[in-house]
Amino acid sequence: MIDLPLIAAGVIALGILFYVVLDGFDLGVGILFPFAPDDTARSTMMNSVAPVWDGNETWLVLGGGGLMVFFPTAYAIVLPAFYMPIMGLLFALIFRGVAFEFRHGAATSKYIWDRAFFGGSIFSAFMQGVLLGGLVQGVHVEKARFVGGLLDWLTPFSILTGIGVVFGYSLLGATWLVLKTEHRTQIWARRAAMVTGGGVIVAMGAVSIITPLMSPGIADRWFGGPQILFFAPVPLLTIATVAALYWALIAGRERLPFVFAILLFLLGYLGLGISLWPHIVPPSLTFREAAAPDATIGFALIGVAFTLPMILFYTWYAYTVFRGKATEHGGYSDE
Amino acid sequence: MPEADVVTLSRLQFAFTISFHIIFPALTIGLSGFLVLVEAFWLRTGDEAWRRLYQFWVRLFALSFGMGVVSGVVLSYEFGTNWATFSRIVGPVLGPLMAFEVLTAFFMEAGFLGIMLFGWDKVGPRLHFLATCLVGFGTVVSAFWILSANSWMQTPQGAHFDASADHFVPDSWLAIIFNPSFPYRFTHMVAAAYLTSALAIAGISAIYLLAGKHTVLARKSYSIALWAILILAPLQIFLGDQHGLNVLEHQPMKVAAMEANWDRQARAPIIFFAIPDAKKETNHFEIALPGIASLILTHDIDGIVPGLKDVPRADRPPVGIVFWSFRVMVALGLLFLLIGAWSAFARWRGVLETDKWLMRLAAVSTPLGLVAILAGWWVAEVGRQPFTVYGHLRTVDSISPVVDAGAVTTSLVIFLIVYGGLFGAYLYYVSKIIRVGPRPFEYAEPEAIQGARPGLVLPPQEPDEGGARA
Repeated sequence: MIDLPLIAAGVIALGILFYVVLDGFDLGVGILFPFAPDDTARSTMMNSVAPVWDGNETWLVLGGGGLMVFFPTAYAIVLPAFYMPIMGLLFALIFRGVAFEFRHGAATSKYIWDRAFFGGSIFSAFMQGVLLGGLVQGVHVEKARFVGGLLDWLTPFSILTGIGVVFGYSLLGATWLVLKTEHRTQIWARRAAMVTGGGVIVAMGAVSIITPLMSPGIADRWFGGPQILFFAPVPLLTIATVAALYWALIAGRERLPFVFAILLFLLGYLGLGISLWPHIVPPSLTFREAAAPDATIGFALIGVAFTLPMILFYTWYAYTVFRGKATEHGGYSDE
Repeated sequence: MPEADVVTLSRLQFAFTISFHIIFPALTIGLSGFLVLVEAFWLRTGDEAWRRLYQFWVRLFALSFGMGVVSGVVLSYEFGTNWATFSRIVGPVLGPLMAFEVLTAFFMEAGFLGIMLFGWDKVGPRLHFLATCLVGFGTVVSAFWILSANSWMQTPQGAHFDASADHFVPDSWLAIIFNPSFPYRFTHMVAAAYLTSALAIAGISAIYLLAGKHTVLARKSYSIALWAILILAPLQIFLGDQHGLNVLEHQPMKVAAMEANWDRQARAPIIFFAIPDAKKETNHFEIALPGIASLILTHDIDGIVPGLKDVPRADRPPVGIVFWSFRVMVALGLLFLLIGAWSAFARWRGVLETDKWLMRLAAVSTPLGLVAILAGWWVAEVGRQPFTVYGHLRTVDSISPVVDAGAVTTSLVIFLIVYGGLFGAYLYYVSKIIRVGPRPFEYAEPEAIQGARPGLVLPPQEPDEGGARA
C-alpha cells in the first residue's frame, strides 16, 4: 500500500519551499526598495520581478489549497488560530501586488505605490515569519480542534522569527539583484546582501538556540541520542554555506550568491523539518492524524503527478525568456 | 455553536470579498478572449492596427488581472480563517477541485502572462500568440474548476458523509465534478464573462467614437464587440432559462425565492414588482401577471411551481434579496438583447458607425454586464441559504471555532476600506488608460498621393509620418 499521507506531506513541503524561495526573493526586492541608490535602480528592481511575481505568489495559493486537500484538519486548525496574522499577510500581499500594476500607470502618484510595494513586501515577510514562529512554538489543540486564543501567536519568539524572515527574504532579494542588475545598482545590492546576511546569521543562530530550550521535544530530537551524528551535518553545512555566500559576494560572483542564499534557506528548512517531524501542527497533531481520506489524497496526487512537471517546465521557461540583466525600461512594449 | 453574529459578519465578509473578486475574473476571461481574436487578426492580416489595439487592451487586461490575483489569494485563505469547519468537513471533496484550479490554470496563466505583457521583443510573434491563447484558455479552465466546486455546494452528489470522521468522503469524482447544476452554471458564467467584456469593449469604443478620437481603432473594436453581443445576449438568455429549469429541479426553494412565491401553486403569476415580507409570508404592493411564472419555469401554463411555505421557515433563503437580484439580472439581460438587436439593425442599414444613440446606449452600458453578474451570483448564493452545502450542511455549522465577532468585524472593516481604496485606484488608472488612449494610429497615406506632386523631393530617411504628408 502506498503511503499517501506521506507523499502528500512531501508535496506540501515542496510547495511551501518553492513559495518561500520564489516569492521570498521578490518580496525581498520589495523590502530593499526604499534603500536603492536612485529611482532608476528602483524601476530596474521592479522590472526584474514584474514578469514572475504573479507565478511566484501562485505557490502560496497552492499551499493554502494543498493544505485544505491533503490535511483539512490542519487547515481548519491553523487558519483560525492565526486569523490575525493571516489577514495581515493577505492585506499586505494586496498592496504589494497592485503596486506592480498601479506604479506602472502612475505619474505623480508613483510614490504612493513605491510605499505600498515596500510596506506590502516587508509586512508580508514579517507576517510569514510570525506564522512560522507561532507554529513552531505550538498551537493549542484538543481532539484535533483548535481551542486556543486569538492572540496565542503573539510572543517574543514569533516576533523574532518574523524579523528573521524579513532579513532572510531581503538576502534572497539582494542576491537576486546581484544576478539581475549591473553597475551601481549591483554594487549596492552586494552590500545589501552582506548587511542582510548578517541579520540572517543572527536570527538563525538565535532561533536555533531558543527552539530546543523552548521545546523539550525538539531538544530531544536533536541532542537526545545517536541521531545527533546524523543531524550534525545540517548546522555544519549551514556555517559552510554562510562562508561560501560571503566569499561569493566578495569575489564578485554574480550567480553564486543567489545559489548560496537559496541553499541557506534549504538548510534552514531542513532543520525546521527535523525539529517538527512528524507534526503538522506542533506540538501534538501529526500529519497522519490530519490527513484527508485516501480517496481525496489519491485523486489530488494523480493531478499533481500530471501537472507539476508541466508547471515546473513552463515556470522554468518563463524564467529563461526573461533571463539576463533587467533594465529600467522593462515595461509594456508599446512604450 | 458560535453566536449568530459571527456567522452574519463572516457571511458579509465573504460576500463582500468574493463579490469584489468576481468582477476581475469576469473581465479577464472575456478580455483575454478578445485579445486572442485581435492578435489572430494581426497575425493573419499583418495590419498594424490590430497590434495597436492589442497593446491598448492588454493594459486594461493586465490591470484587471492583477486585481483578480490579489483579491483571489484572499479567498483561498478565507475558507480556512472564517469557515474552518466547512473546510474540514467539505475539504476532502472540494479541496481537490480548488487545487486543480491552481495546478491546471493559475500557474499556466501566471507563467504566460509575463510573456504576454513583457515578452513582445523576447519571443517570436507565434510564440507570443501561443502565450495569449494559453492565458485565455487558462481563465476558462480556472472557471471550470471553481464553478464545479460551487455547483457541488448547490447540487451535491458523488460523496457521502462519514459521521465517525465528521467529514465528507468522495465516492465518484466524475459525479462530483459533473454534478447536476455544473454544466448549466459553467456555461452561464463563461457566457456572462464574454458578454460582460463585450459590453465593456463596446462601451469604451463608443466613448471614443462619440468623442471622435482614436476612431480607426475604435471602429474595429466596436464592431467586434457588437457582433459578440448580438450572438451572446440571446445565447445567454437561453442558457439562463435552462439553468433556471435545473434550479427548479434541484433547489426548489431558490426558485420560490426568485419568484417570491409563497404558496405551491399551478398557474403561478410572474411578479414584476413586490416587497416580499418573510415574517407575514406574503408580498406587499404586488404587480403580477397570472400564469407566466409557471409558463417560464415549467414551460407549461398549468405547471406547478413550489412555494416557500413548502418548507419550515428555518429552511428558507432570504426572499427579498434573491427576488430583486433576479429581476435586476433579467432586466439587464433584456437590455443586452436590445443592444444586440439594435446593432444588427444598424449594421444592416449601414449606419453602425454613425448611429450616435446606439453609441450612447453602449457607453452607458459599459459596466452593466458586471452588475448583471453580481446580481446573478447573489441569486445563486443567497438562494442557497441557509445551507453552505445545499440540504446537507448549514451555514451556521460551517463557521470557524474560536474566531470571535471582534476579530471578524475588524477584518471586515479593513476589507471595506482597503477594497474601497483599491477600487477607486483601479477606476482611476482605468480611466487614465482610456483618457490617454491607444498610441495615435492612422493608416499611412497611399503612395500615389505622394507621387502626385511632381517636383517635390522628399529628403531621405524622413523619420516622422507627419513630414511625409506635409
